[in-house]
Amino acid sequence: MGAVSLGAAGLLADAAEAQTPRRGGTIRFTAPYGSSFASLDIHTTPRSQDEIWARAIHRTLYSWDAAANKPVLELAREVTVSGGGLVHTFKLRDDAYFHNGRRMTADDIIWTYTRLMDGAKAFPGARYARLIKGAIEVEKGQAREISGLRKIDDFTLEMTLTERIEPGFNFYQAVTSIYPVGEGNSESFAARPIGLGPYKFVEYVPGSRIVGERWERFYKAGRPYADRVVISIMGEAAARDVAFRSREIDASILGAAQYVAYRADPQLSRGILEVPEVFTRVIGMNPNFKPFADRRVRQAIGYAIDADLIIRRLLREKAFRATSWLPISSPAYDANLRPYAFDPAKARQLLTEAGYPNGIEFEITATSNESWGIPVVEAIIPMLQRAGIKVTIKPVESTVLAEVLRSGQFQAFMYSMVSGPDPATALRCFHSATPQSACNYALFKNPEFDRLLDEAGRTDDPAVRAENLRKANAILLEEVPMWWFNYNKAVMAYQPWLRGLQPNATELAVQNFEDIWIDETSPAK
Amino acid sequence: MIQFIVRRLLQAVPIILAVAALIFLLFSVIPGTFAASLGDDGRNVVDAEVMARMNKELGLDDPVYVRFGKYVAKLAQLDLGTSFRTRQSVTSMLAARLWPTAQLTFAAMLFAMVFGVTLGFIAAMRPGSWIDTVSMIGAVSGLSLPKFWLGLLLMYLFALQLGWFPSFGYGNGGLSHLILPAVTLGVAPLALLARTTRAAVLDIMNADFVRTARSKGMSERRVVQWHLARNALVIVLTTIGLQFGSVIGQAVVVEKLFAWPGLGSLLVDSVTLRDIPVVQGTILFIVLLFLLINTIVDVLCAMIDPRIKYS
Repeated sequence: MGAVSLGAAGLLADAAEAQTPRRGGTIRFTAPYGSSFASLDIHTTPRSQDEIWARAIHRTLYSWDAAANKPVLELAREVTVSGGGLVHTFKLRDDAYFHNGRRMTADDIIWTYTRLMDGAKAFPGARYARLIKGAIEVEKGQAREISGLRKIDDFTLEMTLTERIEPGFNFYQAVTSIYPVGEGNSESFAARPIGLGPYKFVEYVPGSRIVGERWERFYKAGRPYADRVVISIMGEAAARDVAFRSREIDASILGAAQYVAYRADPQLSRGILEVPEVFTRVIGMNPNFKPFADRRVRQAIGYAIDADLIIRRLLREKAFRATSWLPISSPAYDANLRPYAFDPAKARQLLTEAGYPNGIEFEITATSNESWGIPVVEAIIPMLQRAGIKVTIKPVESTVLAEVLRSGQFQAFMYSMVSGPDPATALRCFHSATPQSACNYALFKNPEFDRLLDEAGRTDDPAVRAENLRKANAILLEEVPMWWFNYNKAVMAYQPWLRGLQPNATELAVQNFEDIWIDETSPAK
Repeated sequence: MIQFIVRRLLQAVPIILAVAALIFLLFSVIPGTFAASLGDDGRNVVDAEVMARMNKELGLDDPVYVRFGKYVAKLAQLDLGTSFRTRQSVTSMLAARLWPTAQLTFAAMLFAMVFGVTLGFIAAMRPGSWIDTVSMIGAVSGLSLPKFWLGLLLMYLFALQLGWFPSFGYGNGGLSHLILPAVTLGVAPLALLARTTRAAVLDIMNADFVRTARSKGMSERRVVQWHLARNALVIVLTTIGLQFGSVIGQAVVVEKLFAWPGLGSLLVDSVTLRDIPVVQGTILFIVLLFLLINTIVDVLCAMIDPRIKYS
């Protein structure tokens, strides 16, 4: 179902592209994730909320191709790989100009990645640039230059990696956006960012909106189409709904309740884009809490909960049933895997076999999030009770939950975790070498899983790699370090005049604005 | 009078310090850090090493007493610190948000004063009449309406159905964007002012000096002008002063709902992102504004009513 949906979304975008794009007008987009933008220095903030505006102003070495569902070259025209898969030589674009009028060269990329590795500054993008040989030495203050980055000439860059992995998954991230040499450290930069993107920064009204105007020297001929883009910060779903219906905004991310209302409306239902995103909703179980050390107890949780009922009734079909960790939009998703069936009797039997004939009792730490928080826990409490499992809720705020997980101070937790787009990186969260403080929250250890993942990292054969990743994902289904109950279905409502939206599975709200155009029926002509 | 103002401002210093200490200690004990908040509800992973470096860079791995010492030392130099997220000075961030909040709160209070005082006065002049009954029922309703709900209702009516005003945003700072949030924020103080004004006017109408004035043959117009209005104004002004402070605090909800770029939305965002210097700075600033407004109200009251002494 999910694959079909992703395909349908792709067709929708293609159909929009097939028409002749119109130049002019204003794109009125929204940043829907609660709070304001964290900063106008995109290197300091990895939040999706900030990635939305960054795609208008900035560009990265790679970008995400939503239709192909993979990273593609952006600031380079071609790349050749040598040195056993570790040396990547990029032929950079010679027509990419920063908004201050200066042409981008290899120096800008080297400077940017070196900035990210400044250990004194703690940039979140360091986790991606650490892949480059010599980057860690810069981070630790042992070197001033990243040895794995070499300028061959102004438009040729050699990058030597420490691992044989696809660098596109790392360098399409907005936190690795390319800055002009030296500019990022100036006082004015964080107030007036200078990028390579299709729109030039015009103004930022903190807490309200960011405005960009077309950068005439953008390297993609004829793009962007619209004259301006206005991205308004609108965290309140109800307010966004009114603004959308009154035609003041062109697109809105929908929650479960709005999804039902919009689907039922003959007009609004014509403009809905659905995408299976790379987020998996889970109940994680701490093996240091005695009952969860037994796999049968963890499996019993899976059998005791009617996940389909939750998706149908509580999430109003705004989710896809999960089988294992990797989501539908992952290249290594295995459509043949079957989730645990709802079977309370089987759950009871497993608990008895594990030595808990009278059931177990545990606490779930959760936030108030409607899709993967307390409302869902409340719904599964009676289901679990039928299998003899008593659950209590420990409510926390999302920032607190993030810390609770890293410190292991929980019996079980409910969370939404990033499970893509790169399946190898996503699965690494369950490698025994990954600490709990990173993302191995359930302290998973399985030698066969480790072997499959390590081999996948070593092989040159894409088919072998994909097979290993699928097998590793299947082990997770069997071992149940977490109960995977659904994959997020992201839904965007858009106005009939807005064209060229992309079904971005990594985050639907993040769009390449140069591909979007508005027709003459838009009120913001 | 100048002595009085200076004394009141000096009295504010220990209050400010106490509030500063309280906020600091509160945010030292509640869990969650700025680095953890960047995880963005599980959407992103900030690795442990970067988080540790971030905590060190921001001084969050220092003991509480060291951090408090540094904070007080900066505060003594009127330095509110630097934002964790924007790396800008808190003072400059507050300055950028002050004007939108000032616009919103003044507009809300203007709306509340004009309609609330008028309504209260009319109701008091005709006690028991239909206008009295209707306005007081309206006042009670206005006080009990949740702002979030009221805001959505106004958006629905005036933006979606009638199309008279934009439903959100700051626009270019013009009046059209201001009206809906200001009315949302102003309804509760309007209701309170209507009730207070009515009670105050009724109370004064029955006072001995008003009866005396009437028995001496003073015209009704002069009674209202010289006795009722003047004496009720002191009570109304005091209420306005208190409501001003309250409105600044309540702007938090309204600013978030209407995507209004003021101090309230800054405060909410900063709490969510654990941007502690900004949280501390914003709360201190709001407390300071509250004290300032009340000092101004006290001065005005003393100017209007000679019985009130500056001492």
